[in-house]
Amino acid sequence: MTDRFLSGHASCPGCAVALGVRLVLRALGEDTVLVVPPSCIAVMMGPLPLSSVTLPVLQTAFETTAAAASGLSRAYRARGEAVTVVCLAGDGGTHDIGLQALSGAAERNEDFIYVCFDNEGYQNTGNQKSSATPWGARTASTPRGKATRKKDIIEILAAHGIPYAATASPAHPDDLARKVARARALTGTRFLHVTCPCVPGWGIGDEASLRLLRLGVEAKAVPLYEVEDGLRYRISHWPEGIPVVEYLRPQARFAHLDDAGIAAIQAEVDRRWDALLWRAARAAEDPSTAPSAGLSRAH
Amino acid sequence: MIAGPDERLREEAEPPNREDPRTLTMIEPRMLLTGNHAVAQAVLLARPQVIPVYPITPQTPILERLLELGDRGELAGELITVESEHSAMAACIAASLAGVRVFTATASQGIALMHEMLHYAAGARAPVVMANVNRTLASPWGFWPDQTDSLAQRDTGWIQFYCESAQEALDTVLQAFRVAESVLLPAMVVTEAMYISHTLEPVDVPGPEVVARFLPPYEPALRLDPARPRSLGGTATPAQWRANRLAMQAAMGLALEAVTEAGRRYGELTGRGYGPLEGYRMEGARVALVTAGGLAGTAREAVDRLRDEGVAAGLLKVRLFRPFPAALLADALAPVPAVAVIDRNCSVGSGGIFAQEIRAALQPHPRPGRRVFSYVAGLGGVNVSVERLRQIARDALGRPAPWPEPILEEALVEDGR
Repeated sequence: MTDRFLSGHASCPGCAVALGVRLVLRALGEDTVLVVPPSCIAVMMGPLPLSSVTLPVLQTAFETTAAAASGLSRAYRARGEAVTVVCLAGDGGTHDIGLQALSGAAERNEDFIYVCFDNEGYQNTGNQKSSATPWGARTASTPRGKATRKKDIIEILAAHGIPYAATASPAHPDDLARKVARARALTGTRFLHVTCPCVPGWGIGDEASLRLLRLGVEAKAVPLYEVEDGLRYRISHWPEGIPVVEYLRPQARFAHLDDAGIAAIQAEVDRRWDALLWRAARAAEDPSTAPSAGLSRAH
Repeated sequence: MIAGPDERLREEAEPPNREDPRTLTMIEPRMLLTGNHAVAQAVLLARPQVIPVYPITPQTPILERLLELGDRGELAGELITVESEHSAMAACIAASLAGVRVFTATASQGIALMHEMLHYAAGARAPVVMANVNRTLASPWGFWPDQTDSLAQRDTGWIQFYCESAQEALDTVLQAFRVAESVLLPAMVVTEAMYISHTLEPVDVPGPEVVARFLPPYEPALRLDPARPRSLGGTATPAQWRANRLAMQAAMGLALEAVTEAGRRYGELTGRGYGPLEGYRMEGARVALVTAGGLAGTAREAVDRLRDEGVAAGLLKVRLFRPFPAALLADALAPVPAVAVIDRNCSVGSGGIFAQEIRAALQPHPRPGRRVFSYVAGLGGVNVSVERLRQIARDALGRPAPWPEPILEEALVEDGR
């Protein structure tokens, strides 16, 4: 395996995003050009004239990741060059300011892989809330805990009917590598959502990210699944179903919650998991979700 | 340096003989085109490989024609119907940095929405070419010409051309690609809502062989290429950032030469030469009307009438706004005692934007008795008639002392001048 993300970059010790980037880049080929908006990832890419990666990187404006990727992908096609364009963005750049450009590109089915490393807030600027921050979490801009729920970005992308949308975790590296490989095998807009605990933002130890993430997955708070053509759902890891409190308690951002608050989060996790099961079951039973039923794609 | 009217009448180049079959390839077909379709025709000839576009009145006929040409297979480029102007410019920049020629077009709210990415394009040294159709900015909504949308982008690092006609729009788009790609700065070709964008004119269209000689394929030395991995746009230190801006400033200096060279070369090939400025009947002028864009056409007529009436009036058209041809302007206006700058735009709280720039350009070249007046006329697309321009020329001649405040055309009516 070739590491294309090199040591010596500027992430915090124990950063799950840094591990996620390394795992994603390992699963990609040399024919890759990266697009990175402002984010923790941009910091890790290195200041001029240095670079932490062995691939070309375009650092673009915050809300433009998918638009820039559209331009790049079309330019390489116009030149007759086989290049895989891969976006590495954070949750603020994806769920908030970049959502319009991403939705536009997904509707056009532009040919690129978009990876969102979701650490549930604007961690690069000091942990302000984003629309990916879950209900109840304290951040620098939600001092009493966030009053609204987390935006369900996978369902938004799946609703565009793109060829591939999947969730992944750097604590499940084989599953992550398989999903990157699956994305590479397809063309059109492919979306990967990688949940990444943030050491300072979530208030955890710098050794704790992966253990915590496994708790989140087993508590169904971080479901691992994939959706093809917006129709065919497949759950790629069946969780044990441990109480969500085991995932919440190690995190300082939830330390203020009482039993009622924990119960509210448990109810939200259960609701989303049930909705996922319903979609997966419907996909298994409904012949209209078969691969041949999709509209042909113009390009 | 100044392309005079004689040059525009094809004195330099041998005129093509439309009767001689041996010169068929050099003959320019004459088409009846709106300003918008003239821009699209130039794009077809320039062969950009990626064209991200988003519709906005009054630019939409450019977009529709390009998509129609693409659908018919006449335009081979990748057309991207993006979801906003902001994304259009972001896609332009990225595609340009991947090493292809790119084009887009917009107007009004669209260029305002792009503002962030206009800075980005210039800083990234992406030679994007964009047509902008001058149109009022909301609020309130309006659909008529006003130059404030593009002039508000003056500090973004874009080369800016202002066009008087559909012919000039077509010719300038081709020159803009040559200039932008030679100095690695983006270039904007500005036309005008309705008066140019939607008005049919006979336009001479150069043949593809002529354009191929004028505009070579774009192949940058550096680009985003997996075979030679380089990164673009990372964080700079203060010294690196300063070096970037100083390099842009130096490139703007080269752009002034490149504009002059491109205009001359284009004249050699087509008979239509261009410069950063164009003088019309400036010989012995006691008053110069200085303006840009479609107003220049009306001003020619006003100058003719004034000369017929015995008033020594001339027109100085500012074709290039960035880089600002300050030294050329100072030269052209050196002998003229009364200068009437006419702005179809308003920097609210200051006044006409061309007037600000021209006053600043003339400041190092003082001339006893010279007065530079700033007239703000035609805001929001209000018609500026030949009569109004004659009135402005006479007003300027009649004001003996400097007048630092902008003179609004409404004031001319009230004063009965």
